[in-house]
Amino acid sequence: MQKKLLGNSYLLLVMILLYIPIIFLVVYSFNGGTIMSGWGGFSFVHYQELFADTRLLKILLDTFILAISSATIAAFIGTVGALFLDGIQNKKTLNTFLSFNNVLLVSPDVTIGVSFLILFTILGFSLGFVSVLVSHIAFSIPIVLLMVLPRLREMDNTLVMAARDLGAKRGTILSQIVIPEIWPSIMAGFLLALTYSLDDFAVTFFVTGNGFSTLSVEIYSRARQGVSLEINALSALMFAVSLLLVFTYYLYTTYADKKARLTK
Amino acid sequence: MKDNSRAKIFFAIPYISWLAVFVIVPIGLLIYQSLTNVQGSFTLANFHEFITSNVYLPMAFNSVFYALIITLITFMISFPAAYVLSHLKHRQLWLMLIILPTWINVLLKTYAFLGLLSKSGIINQLFSTFGLGTHNLLFNHVSFIFVAVYLELPFMLLPIYNSINEIDPDILKASRDLGAKPINTLSQLVFPLSINGIKSGIQAVFIPSLSLFMLTTLIGGNKVMTLGSAIELHFIVTQNWHMGSTIAIILILAMAVTMYFTRERGKRK
Repeated sequence: MQKKLLGNSYLLLVMILLYIPIIFLVVYSFNGGTIMSGWGGFSFVHYQELFADTRLLKILLDTFILAISSATIAAFIGTVGALFLDGIQNKKTLNTFLSFNNVLLVSPDVTIGVSFLILFTILGFSLGFVSVLVSHIAFSIPIVLLMVLPRLREMDNTLVMAARDLGAKRGTILSQIVIPEIWPSIMAGFLLALTYSLDDFAVTFFVTGNGFSTLSVEIYSRARQGVSLEINALSALMFAVSLLLVFTYYLYTTYADKKARLTK
Repeated sequence: MKDNSRAKIFFAIPYISWLAVFVIVPIGLLIYQSLTNVQGSFTLANFHEFITSNVYLPMAFNSVFYALIITLITFMISFPAAYVLSHLKHRQLWLMLIILPTWINVLLKTYAFLGLLSKSGIINQLFSTFGLGTHNLLFNHVSFIFVAVYLELPFMLLPIYNSINEIDPDILKASRDLGAKPINTLSQLVFPLSINGIKSGIQAVFIPSLSLFMLTTLIGGNKVMTLGSAIELHFIVTQNWHMGSTIAIILILAMAVTMYFTRERGKRK
């Protein structure tokens, strides 16, 4: 019993450590003062600052537009890629493809960033929103593929064969049987790609030009100049959004699981 | 099946073009840059300089050393935590609580430490109330390691937890019934049976630790140089892309070596 208590309090300590910085940020976003120490009374002044800071709000909007569009396109290409790999019978060929697929997943983000920078420079591609978008799509594709491919492999083929025997066209089979079956994994891949994009700093840092910035890059340059509690207000809002996203993801996956179990 | 070929090509084109343009070509370009000089002629001078100059090799060893320390500390914190976690009743909820901080932007979490560790920050206030005086907690090696451990912790904890969770509880019961001490059960059963999770944890922590460059600037105060910050320096500040690419190649090699040593061996089932 005593040992259990010891173990649980250890875990609790780790949890507290994990959450201290986040809680600290959120608490100080309500500080009336200007730095992350002392306490100048409870106030919403930094939230007002935040909502008056059009530059930061535009960057926030850009970050979300970037994340949603890159995740959508990556979900499409990743799924198409998974359908292609699913059709490969030769195990050796498949494994070769898979190891190339995983290169961007295991590579340090700095090397991805600089190699894309070299690529864009050699192609004469100007750095800005499009180069960042293309890079985010590029590093999200393998994630989507790894989510979708196992689901395709597990899929029961009898339905597809029955449909084919009954004369269904390939497009019909795809849209009526295959896509609905793998939809939860496509969504999971999309959400994962979304978080990768929102969280990315290193790749964006290298491939963005002067005109375009994402939240991570902006915080990096502001943090180098010192603390501003506006950033705290922003992180409190971001934390709320993350909570909402996690909750949605959790509900969605449990719902998808339940549905899958019921239909089986 | 021959009638499938057109559909196959349709599915293959976007994916294969992605593989070619964003996986194979960038690696090729990195290698090309590292093997050329400013005039564009082929040379091994960059690698030669990397090995012989008294800047790069010590920097690389330093970076590996820091990454090792970060990996070791995260492991020592994570392993017991994962073990305790696997015995809890509301595991799923606790797991969500561990995953949740990873959804918050890394830069925001790093930024929090600028406040926590600053001269007038909360930690220093605690120190002074206990009569320990205030210290320069930021911009040194310790703060760099501390914040890196904080950021990487969930990525070590989760894979270890997953593999401990897969261990058949009957095996642990049997070991207890046969009179094994808890410490022996832990070291001779739980540890070897969760080795694959530990290996993926090491991969997920060690490789990023070699390349964390925003931490070295924001928290390490440029006192710590990692392979990642050296690459950033060469690409952004000194604009020596050839040397930068050479370091990037070294980083990729370091990654490959890590992957080789932490690969899954002898999969039984």
